[in-house]
Amino acid sequence: MLLDDLYRRVIMDHYKNPRNRGTLDHDVITINLNNPTCGDRITLQMQIEDGVIQSAKFDGEGCSISISSASMMTDAVKGKTVKEALEIADRFSKMMQGELQEFEYEDIEALSGVNKFPARIKCATLAWNAMKKGTTNSTSS
Amino acid sequence: MNAHQIREQFPILKQHVNGHPLVYLDSAATSQKPSSVIQAVTDYYEGYNANVHRGVHTLGSKATDAYEGARDKVAQFINAEFSSQIIFTRGATSAINLVASSYGVSVCGPGDEIVLTPMEHHSNLIPWQQLAKKTGATLKYIPLQDDGTIDLKDVEATITDQTKIVAMVYVSNVLGTINPMEQVAEIAHRHGAKLVVDGSQSTPHIAVDVQQLDCDFYALSGHKMCGPTGIGVLYGKKDLLEQMEPIEFGGEMIDHVDLFDSTWKELPWKFEGGTPLIAEAVGLSAAIDFLNDIGMDAIHQHEMQLAHYAMEKMTKMDGIEIYGPKTERSGLITFNLADVHPHDLATVVDAYGIAIRAGHHCCQPLMRWLNVSSTARASFYMYNTEDDVDRLIEGLVKAKEYFSDAIG
Ligand SMILES: Cc1ncc(COP(=O)(O)O)c(C=O)c1O
Repeated sequence: MLLDDLYRRVIMDHYKNPRNRGTLDHDVITINLNNPTCGDRITLQMQIEDGVIQSAKFDGEGCSISISSASMMTDAVKGKTVKEALEIADRFSKMMQGELQEFEYEDIEALSGVNKFPARIKCATLAWNAMKKGTTNSTSS
Repeated sequence: MNAHQIREQFPILKQHVNGHPLVYLDSAATSQKPSSVIQAVTDYYEGYNANVHRGVHTLGSKATDAYEGARDKVAQFINAEFSSQIIFTRGATSAINLVASSYGVSVCGPGDEIVLTPMEHHSNLIPWQQLAKKTGATLKYIPLQDDGTIDLKDVEATITDQTKIVAMVYVSNVLGTINPMEQVAEIAHRHGAKLVVDGSQSTPHIAVDVQQLDCDFYALSGHKMCGPTGIGVLYGKKDLLEQMEPIEFGGEMIDHVDLFDSTWKELPWKFEGGTPLIAEAVGLSAAIDFLNDIGMDAIHQHEMQLAHYAMEKMTKMDGIEIYGPKTERSGLITFNLADVHPHDLATVVDAYGIAIRAGHHCCQPLMRWLNVSSTARASFYMYNTEDDVDRLIEGLVKAKEYFSDAIG
């Protein structure tokens, strides 16, 4: 069934036990983003030092797709340089457009099914957009 | 009223979605259109498309008659005294914006009050916020009771002699609350305030009589009452409309134009600058014929029966929360299921061909009042049947199972 394509086991696992959920207590970049069409919102915090994302945590309200995507994204970008993180984000957008089926992170690849549910792509990209916004702020400041 | 027969007149409802016969439960967002409306729009484009109020030619007269006939039809439908009190707009949103930008700007200033409720749709909230910012007027809110209704004592306490405008939704698109408009009008008028009614969710479902309500302005939306998208109506009391300035200027709305000054046509045309919504008005007129043939009371009764039937079944489900008053409500049910986010719920039931709405329903302050970020909503119309409700319940059960299995 198509639904099983969307709601893969890994996604449900991240939804039920999100990684990196919470807040950071030291000097951080904080980004609040929401999805005005549905009311989902995310607060993403990142600590970026010397161009490297040292830690990332998120909090917010959302559906299984947006929460699991935030969980996976924060896991993937931790320890990466801003440039690397933006490259991953770029490949993630391509996957959402259906231009890319394989992903270097198995968990994230599970989100490829979202592509067949156009109304849900925004849920999956919310956390990634927050990350992009946060890193751009960090490089411009 | 036979919903199964009525349903036959809606071509779109005959399709399968994701391999299942479509169950459309999102009429509060927009209703479907019967063949007669689709045909009326086609007939206009195929038979007498022409600009109105201009040409001398035959098609032009036919188009003008149809457009002005639609105005008469709307006037009768909501029992306006004169057709000239009916202004065609792009939708309910534009109708409310017209009142705020024209009447509102002329009467509001620092120290004046605009009274609203927290259950307003963004369309009946943001125009007033903007007006308050522009004029220095203050926004005030009538608080909601726990069940999502308003208490007339609070209405009395909130409206004062400083209140210039009270703007309120007649039927809430989230809670299903039916507000006591006549009493609110009476209280507003006692303080010299004017009442603006958002009739987007009332006009499609209950018989409306603007003279009995005694409201000063009434906005309605064509696409929610079986009419085409892109058309709505502003009704206003004649003396108010006459004193109001247009907010759109151009062709059609003018009387005499000089290089440095111009004068306007009389009501209602001074508010309808540019080529109007001719095909849309013709479609709306056919939609009103369709509603009148069934009868608004029959439609309301049918929806009440369906909502009651659905409510009985839904309240029995584990982990369900239903928002809004339990009785005296309209034919829609807004709810949440424990452990299933409304988007996930809407996606799962969509896989079974069932269309429901998930999100904030353009009522973010109300979502905050309910203390949720979003909700699911099933809304009924005359073409829905008990079978549709049964399918919805099956869908909800499947979604619960699916998520408890998937989460494990
Ligand atoms: C209560 C309410 N007010 C206003 C609107 C806006 O109506 P329209 O789409 O005609 O601008 C809607 C529809 O979404 C509504 O439900």
